[in-house]
Amino acid sequence: MASNGNRDTARERYETREYDVLIVGAGGAGLRAAVAATENGLSVGIVTKSLLGKAHTVMAEGGIAASLGNVDPADGWQTHFMDTMKSGKFINNWRTAEIFAKEAPDRVYELEQWGALFNRTPEGKISQRPFGAHTYRRLCHVGDRTGLELIRTMQEKVLATDAEVYMETTITKLLKSGDRVVGALAYTRENGKFIHFKAKAVVMATGGWGRIFKVTSNSWEGTGDGVVLAYDAGAELVDMEMMQFHPTGMVWPPGVRGLLVTEGVRGEGGLLRNSEGDRYMENYDPERMELSSRDVVARANYTEVQEGRGSPHGGVYLDITHLGYDGIMNKLPTMHEQFLKLADIDISKEPMEVFPTVHYTMGGIKTDPETGASNVPGLFAAGEVAGGLHGANRLGGNSLSDLLVFGRRAGEGASAYVKESVHSSDIAEGEVLTEIGRVLEPLKKQGEGESPYLMQQELQEAMMEHANLMRTGDSLKEGLGKVLGLKDRLANMKVQGSRLFNPGWHTAQDIRYLIQISEIIIRTALERTERRGAQWRLDFDGPDDELGRVNFIVKKDEQGEVGIQKREIPPMPEHLASLFEDKVVDMAGGEKRGAESQF
Amino acid sequence: MDSNSAEQKDMASKAHADVHADEKAAANGKTAKLRIFRGDSGGGELVDYELPLVEGMVVLDAVLYVQAHQAGDLAVRWNCKAAHCGSCSAEINGKPRLLCKTRIEEFDGGEIQVHPLKAFPVIKDLVSDISWNYQVSKGIKPFTSDEQAPFTMYEEDVERLYEPKKCIECFMCQDVCHVLRTHHKHAEFAGPRFFVRNQWLEMHPMDNQDRLHDLKEDNGLGLCNITKCCTEVCPVDIHITDNSIIPLKERVADEYYDPAKWLMRKIRGNRGSRNGAAARNGSRNGN
Repeated sequence: MASNGNRDTARERYETREYDVLIVGAGGAGLRAAVAATENGLSVGIVTKSLLGKAHTVMAEGGIAASLGNVDPADGWQTHFMDTMKSGKFINNWRTAEIFAKEAPDRVYELEQWGALFNRTPEGKISQRPFGAHTYRRLCHVGDRTGLELIRTMQEKVLATDAEVYMETTITKLLKSGDRVVGALAYTRENGKFIHFKAKAVVMATGGWGRIFKVTSNSWEGTGDGVVLAYDAGAELVDMEMMQFHPTGMVWPPGVRGLLVTEGVRGEGGLLRNSEGDRYMENYDPERMELSSRDVVARANYTEVQEGRGSPHGGVYLDITHLGYDGIMNKLPTMHEQFLKLADIDISKEPMEVFPTVHYTMGGIKTDPETGASNVPGLFAAGEVAGGLHGANRLGGNSLSDLLVFGRRAGEGASAYVKESVHSSDIAEGEVLTEIGRVLEPLKKQGEGESPYLMQQELQEAMMEHANLMRTGDSLKEGLGKVLGLKDRLANMKVQGSRLFNPGWHTAQDIRYLIQISEIIIRTALERTERRGAQWRLDFDGPDDELGRVNFIVKKDEQGEVGIQKREIPPMPEHLASLFEDKVVDMAGGEKRGAESQF
Repeated sequence: MDSNSAEQKDMASKAHADVHADEKAAANGKTAKLRIFRGDSGGGELVDYELPLVEGMVVLDAVLYVQAHQAGDLAVRWNCKAAHCGSCSAEINGKPRLLCKTRIEEFDGGEIQVHPLKAFPVIKDLVSDISWNYQVSKGIKPFTSDEQAPFTMYEEDVERLYEPKKCIECFMCQDVCHVLRTHHKHAEFAGPRFFVRNQWLEMHPMDNQDRLHDLKEDNGLGLCNITKCCTEVCPVDIHITDNSIIPLKERVADEYYDPAKWLMRKIRGNRGSRNGAAARNGSRNGN
């Protein structure tokens, strides 16, 4: 068999393309990094699994958070920084959060400079709406399609540069020379041709991995390719146990289960009620009610249903009818259309049914806040695939500004690295051929084999059952057993058909990432034995102060297994720490609330 | 402790305990039948598939079911499944539709034929090669401004720009347009999608470019004979013909066919009308 494989791949031809900077992913972060690198006069290649403009950024609805202070003049970077840290339960990288809060307004104005259009205030400024756990009205928006505006603006900006875009192309491996990342191997989805990208630096901007769960707001693309490619290349990952469950996903009909219902609905005054008609958020966060942080609202919605106060399809009610038809068409037109067309519900007349849905991954590749560099020379990361900014829970609206702030920084960081280095991006040809052989295996397998689609479903169900928004040690261990069982079966995968646009073959690539990430998530979730943000261990009582001072760092060990290290978070410097001094700040980020301490 | 841990297990395992519960409840023994184009650039045929009908099912759900259970290599594009991204455009019974937004129930048991977009070369099954659209887009002068953001713009200055900016680039308007679909004038015609993009660029109060020459000479605006086919298929209800194409045609006519302007251009050279265009852009009553 082995010699057969070798003979086959020896005949395999592949193209070689060379760039200063290779960017993997064409969402907001990847495109912003590309603009930065081209502005530095470098040659740039962008690889994306989908068509340009279809990345998950397009799905963002509510807005982009930046402390412009257009409607609440008291807002400033300090408050945005504090909100971000509190919501992340203080395990965020404080320097990352500081840079983020300071630079977000510039990135919003830059978008406007490039043609993005936001809703306006009566004074002719960019309008800002309230959102969960933001102290001030802070989300710049255009109706409920802010992500579309962002990605289209960035797409048109990139089309006006010399960057070359490889649409519907998948990276399978990062290639290294010594310690450095010097390129990647890819195949085109259209016809299965291989491309060896030589690059002096690679920016990973591949987004998240919501597809490890069955009920998710993520598209098929959210398979976490970048985080596993980086992990395999020796990169450190951080906070991998932290998965965000968005409080409001659709529940009916079955085909749209998990589809996002924007937090903008609550931002515009939407009320949550249970089947008894109670505004139950009073019992969970009486101060902030529906606009509490996402982790708290998600657990509240979940608990109401589990305790028997759910709606007919197993959700809770989200009611925005008081806004009236005109108000809804002005502020939430996409939501109106989505419910009318897909669920036969007119949200101006009746409430929606919603339930938590897997939405976002706080953890990811550990990066230097200034440059987006990982610990592997030549490898940079930005956006959802990077970890550190959001800690244990992300605030709504922070992801879009994250993309731009750190997309730009990673592009600048990669450019500076390329300009300083003189290394060659050559690698041994044998390495390319070996990888091509591996990728083709599922197509060449003889005899019986397993379907990648069904393996993916099995994994998604295991993760729903064992690593959901309420976790216990026993159940996590059971889940780990299932995931490792699937890992052993990876070699059995077999796909039908040819290399010509074959989604079965593509899924066979994705499943390896999904399984590896699931293993990492469960293992880190077993380590964090407390209740903090998105990590909610029912077998432990509350936040553990000691664990509040550490991140769990994952790195592939010498045996090729998941190595986990507990790493101390350095103390906040005086200029940041003093921001919190005047206020009574609960270092668990509002999780210790006396009587109802569970929330 | 024991009862506690039992409770915990109960709470954790009930987390979406039976992930198939809804499907089971919704399935009613009925089936859906689909005829899907299977083939590539060398040709192909319609193939029949039958699958369990789930309440509320859209055509994309059915296609993905077939892919997972009956035809693993069935090619289809999709991303958001919520009509926000425009990836899953195809032709259902000959009409361009978003697969994710078209309910099976709509056809009331009648035939459902699914083809790829026909105005572009087929790659495989339901996937067409639509890369031409990105080339056209690259040729359009991007937004450019002399002003420095933050801009002061009032709602009334920009409200008519929201409509063209809703475009999700499903390219169904391109697919249905006779100039492309029937007459194959891809080399000289940009298509409705890119008139929509030109519209907001031309009407943005802060933009300083003039695209009327390009619209007339390179983008073939004059080839459109306003049959409104594009407007009819737009999944986000952009009134492409009335609000994008006709105003642009009027601007081109004003610019190139107004005898007074023609004379001015003769006297002052080709770019003589720049200031006029800028003044119009800033005005509320622009077209």
